Amino acid sequence: MLKSKHLIGLEHFPVSDLNKIIDTSFKFKDILQTESRKAILLKGKTIVNMFFENSTRTKISFSLAEKRLGADSINFSASTSSVKKGETLKDTVQNIESMKIDGAVIRHSHPGSALKLTEYIDGAVINAGDGSHEHPTQAILDMVTLKEKFGKIKGLKVGIVGDILNSRVARSNIFALKKLGAKVVVCGPSTLLPSDAKKLGINITYNLNEVLNWCDAVIALRIQLERMHLGRIPSKREYHSEFGLTFERISKLKKDIVIMHPGPMNRGVEIDSRVADSDNAVILDQVLNGVASRMSILYLLLGEGNIKL
Amino acid sequence: MISGKSTKKVLLKSGRIIDPFSKKTFNGDILIENGKISKIGESISSKGKDYKIVDCKGLVVTHGFCDMHVHFREPGREDKETLESGSFAALGGGFTQVCTMANTNPIIDSPEHIHYIVSKSSKLPIDIFPIGSVSKGQKGEDLTEMLLMQKNGAIAFSDDGIPIQNAQFMKLALTYAKMLDVPIMNHAEDIYLRNNGVMNASSTSNNLGLKGNSSLGEAVMVYRDLLLADSLSSKLHLLHISAKETVELLKKFKKKNKPISAEVSPHHLYFIDEDINEFNTNLKVAPPVRSRGDRKALIEGIKSGLIDCIATDHAPHTIEDKETTFNDAEFGMIGLESCFGVVNKVLVKENGMSLKSLIEKLTVNPRKIMNLEADLFSVGCKAQITIFDPNEKWVFENKHILSKSSNSPFIGEDLVGRVKYVISKNQFFTL
Repeated sequence: MLKSKHLIGLEHFPVSDLNKIIDTSFKFKDILQTESRKAILLKGKTIVNMFFENSTRTKISFSLAEKRLGADSINFSASTSSVKKGETLKDTVQNIESMKIDGAVIRHSHPGSALKLTEYIDGAVINAGDGSHEHPTQAILDMVTLKEKFGKIKGLKVGIVGDILNSRVARSNIFALKKLGAKVVVCGPSTLLPSDAKKLGINITYNLNEVLNWCDAVIALRIQLERMHLGRIPSKREYHSEFGLTFERISKLKKDIVIMHPGPMNRGVEIDSRVADSDNAVILDQVLNGVASRMSILYLLLGEGNIKL
Repeated sequence: MISGKSTKKVLLKSGRIIDPFSKKTFNGDILIENGKISKIGESISSKGKDYKIVDCKGLVVTHGFCDMHVHFREPGREDKETLESGSFAALGGGFTQVCTMANTNPIIDSPEHIHYIVSKSSKLPIDIFPIGSVSKGQKGEDLTEMLLMQKNGAIAFSDDGIPIQNAQFMKLALTYAKMLDVPIMNHAEDIYLRNNGVMNASSTSNNLGLKGNSSLGEAVMVYRDLLLADSLSSKLHLLHISAKETVELLKKFKKKNKPISAEVSPHHLYFIDEDINEFNTNLKVAPPVRSRGDRKALIEGIKSGLIDCIATDHAPHTIEDKETTFNDAEFGMIGLESCFGVVNKVLVKENGMSLKSLIEKLTVNPRKIMNLEADLFSVGCKAQITIFDPNEKWVFENKHILSKSSNSPFIGEDLVGRVKYVISKNQFFTL
């Protein structure tokens, strides 16, 4: 079992729990590749998926993970719920809680909403992304993907490119990578880089070629095009030319590097199609590992812990 | 128009050579062959050689001047100035390099526009380095493609003419420009405090019934910009500073040796608000010429080195734009041709600044701010040389103007110090 009751973020998450989740993910990945693809380990458990913010792959990934584990899951999305009618987060959640649930997965645009949820319900809370704060399950599936590819994470050189300042994926990945002993360099336009790099234990550069020549793996982040109108980036053209994983850049490298992206991609902006679809890209592996990782997380947080895998 | 002659073999003989880069001064000769400095020394023999000899006795031979702030009006208002006519005005003032502001029509806010200026300037007799605008359309909302613009030749970024009023946008611009290691040059005048003023707010403006522009408008925005640049460690250049409060602020912030620089224009060193007693529209300029006390602070500021350089803010306007009421007249004046005679008179002759120090403000200092090569007197360098008489007294007249426009309040003024020859881009010019 884990020391933690919830998975809210990776900043304060015990490294032993993190390692256990990652290692268990591989077992679930094996199961996913069997014919039945199921391991009924959460029979009778009820999980509610609360998506206050739009999501495609995370929502499907959690639903699938719950189904593969045999849990009863219910979905809730803000756009079709009484949240639209003005109900507060507290009331919404307490109503759901009174229907007896064992775990809750929450995605919300406000940082801290997952933590808030732990005050309202007894079951385990799993953060599926809270504003610009954290997206721990994405980082865990990225760690699983890196470990699968390289055998270990300690000493790995990882570059993260894009909007580091506002990205919950970047934050969670930085915490995970640093905890596990990887070296991290982040790269992006200076208006999208954090000023607390030193505190995070990472290096910062504006020079993407430098990062690519250095790293073993690079994570390209989705650039939110609305940032353009907030004065943070001038144009798609300039971003693509200076910070895009272009085919030209990647093909000039003297070694192969692993290319990752949490999706959804802006093809032709942060990543060229020819790069996203190349042999070096593990973007679709990330998706499958997402299901395995979430099975691992749900099992370790909600399961009885006495079932041997 | 002046015409240049070949610099195949030119020997500058017996001049007082002042090299503001190495800080050496000596009497000697410079030999230029095929546009490049081939020898520099105390005496270069011309025996049996077919050198064109220029007698520089009594003259100072120094680096070509660099003006980091001019408006050449092309594209859009070629009736006021073109890149070509502006080049000749620059030569007339001893300038071999200038940086052109972006507030043309269209505004220089894209890599394509930068490319246009660079390609149109390539054959002109001086070096022209375009400054790109900070915001698209100078609207203060969206950043321009600074990285791509720099690749096309943009040397710095400025919305000059229009202050960047939004502090968050200014912060982002300073942050973004950090990647390029070039300065953001803000026209610092809080638009609300400026209050549509047309001259310095003073008893003169009250007497004339003209709306006053308080120096607080400049000081408030300068303070903001200095705080931002200081906290971000970004490069900031203060344009055409005019107020004593600004000099005080520079004193406070420059101590820390941060990449902060400032320029002053000749007219702010020469004129004061009281000179506008007859509604002379050629003295209408933004920011305005200010009080006696402000002028004194600026002179002290440049003497002490707080202010790094002199920039003319050469701003040509048609007769129609100036022959009107003070309220309706455009802001700005030309300044290239009169620059040296003005600043030499005010700073060196009247206020005891050393000539060497003045030359630094016109040569190495602006070049360093703009990341241009500042070591121009090394053998093999492309010759950019200005030769002047530091003591010649002359009256600045219309005939000395090479600009397409003639909106100068210096016409009729007694100046001291005059540029005689300029060598720039393989050509030798006699003025």
